[in-house]
Amino acid sequence: MLQQEANTAQIGQVARVRPRFGPQARHEERMFYLFISPWLIGFILFWAGPIIASFVLSFTNWNLLGDPQWVGFANYTKMSTDKFFAIALVNTLYYGIGSVILGVAVAFMLALLLNQKVYGQAMFRTVFYLPSVVSGIAVALLWLNIFNPDFGLLNQLLRNLGVENPPGWLVSPQWAMPALIIMSVWGAGGSMVIYLAGLQSIPEHLYEAAAIDGAGRWTKFWVITVPMMSPVIFFNLITGFIGSLQAFVQILVMTDGGPANATLVYGLYLYRNAFRLFQMGYASALSWALFIVIITITVIQFALAKRWVYYEGEVPGRTS
Amino acid sequence: MSTSDQTVNAVAQIDTGARSKRRKRNSELLQRIFIYGLLLAGSITFILPFLWMLSTSLKPSQEVFTYPPNLIPSRIVWQNYIDGWTILPFNTFLKNSLIVTIANVVGNLLSCSVVAFGFARLRARGREFLFVLVLATLMIPREVTIVPTFLLFSKTGLVNTLWPLILPAWFGYPFFIFLLRQFFMSIPRDLDEAARMDGASIWQIFTRIILPLSRPALATVAIFAFIGNWNNLLDPLIYIRSQELYTLALGLNLFRGQNFTAYNQLMAVSILTIMPVLVVFFVAQKLFVQGVALTGMGGR
Repeated sequence: MLQQEANTAQIGQVARVRPRFGPQARHEERMFYLFISPWLIGFILFWAGPIIASFVLSFTNWNLLGDPQWVGFANYTKMSTDKFFAIALVNTLYYGIGSVILGVAVAFMLALLLNQKVYGQAMFRTVFYLPSVVSGIAVALLWLNIFNPDFGLLNQLLRNLGVENPPGWLVSPQWAMPALIIMSVWGAGGSMVIYLAGLQSIPEHLYEAAAIDGAGRWTKFWVITVPMMSPVIFFNLITGFIGSLQAFVQILVMTDGGPANATLVYGLYLYRNAFRLFQMGYASALSWALFIVIITITVIQFALAKRWVYYEGEVPGRTS
Repeated sequence: MSTSDQTVNAVAQIDTGARSKRRKRNSELLQRIFIYGLLLAGSITFILPFLWMLSTSLKPSQEVFTYPPNLIPSRIVWQNYIDGWTILPFNTFLKNSLIVTIANVVGNLLSCSVVAFGFARLRARGREFLFVLVLATLMIPREVTIVPTFLLFSKTGLVNTLWPLILPAWFGYPFFIFLLRQFFMSIPRDLDEAARMDGASIWQIFTRIILPLSRPALATVAIFAFIGNWNNLLDPLIYIRSQELYTLALGLNLFRGQNFTAYNQLMAVSILTIMPVLVVFFVAQKLFVQGVALTGMGGR
């Protein structure tokens, strides 16, 4: 936030040196569009174009052979009665909410622990961060191995702890989703680093002032740490939820939506329709529905954030 | 401990004297033990899957499916690495992964730095709006554009070539544009202005001043791009059909489909494929953390 303000201030200052109008400003404007032209072309080719195209295609039936056939709202009405669509939506919310909340909790706790000026902070940070960097198929295969009900590491540990009938994990309809969520928490180290950076940037004088006022550890945590960190956490909730939608590639490799559709998430269902059943029209309708859901969630999150997210500088009568 | 706690201590001393001070020290010691206990337990949990991977990769075949499983193999079988790697043309897959990844790193560095410079330094009408669009695309998941993008590459006859995996990187990637723009903004404008007075063109300011000062941020982008592409499975899965164009991720997936019981070899090849990522991570960990601090986001 402060950075942003400083930047704006800077822009304002320079504006006085450089002319806002006239040939020099026009030249600068042309250069601007020249410089950003790669992104502008890419935006049209790979973002705006596809989003518009999938909107149009969502009103057609098309299996890639022949021409698309106009079917009006048929794909959208199909969606409302499609059992798998509903399953996929519920599963996606289950996975998204589960992995984001658990991920934020674990990452925040680890960051708090590491922020206690512990010895070997760098080493601990490396250990927690590392799994989030290694992703993709190798990790999917590793966890398939770990979750194996008979020969896997996890159930062996549970048996050693005295659990007589450990869950079947990825082969059990009830436990497959929790298994995927556990796996996602293993990658929580990425946001831990973000929280740690945030915690370290909270000015020490706030804690000192609170201590003088007689605040204990717990009060300081709730009155200073949590409000100061709330924008970071909020931002992570949004990007984390949207990021969780991309996890379908690993799920595709690990369970392919099974058992009994317990892990059929939205991205997977869309992928299936597009690249296995070649129902490009219906897949496009699914894309658009998702696009609308994303926008809605983001707007809701922003609206809710006003209630609990604290931005420095908004507070009336701030003294410092 | 932090100065704030020392202050608390000081206040406590004046207030109540020696006995409470001792109690305070004891509780602090307990707290330290508790913190280190949690950190150690967490570390073991986070590191154990890697150890399991390593242990499985070194097991003789008959020990992969023993019950109960053991963490330490009875003998070390390095041969798993060789057998696993040669059972499929993994050298070809490695070559394809290298081509795609290097092309992505170079493409992202060139396109994103140019675009980020425009957004950070050049004034123009519509700039703020366009930057909001950059940020908005950060929020859009891949699934939304996957179908029409496939159709685009299919209409241009590029399916089953490496081009669909390479081309998009040359048109800027929102996260990297954002990261570099944040970094460029932190470079004092006085430097630009001084160069401008000396008659430097905009292009010269970009190449002679901004780029040389931005090496750490450029390195961060290169590393994020490297890892993102190395791990990428979705695009190869969609666009690549012929085995001679498979990347490592696809090859690993194929291997698993064919020999899903050869877990020791599967883990051995998995370790080989993540090795470059591990090396880069350990060499350049500082850059990761800088990238995170700069954007408030992890790399994806």
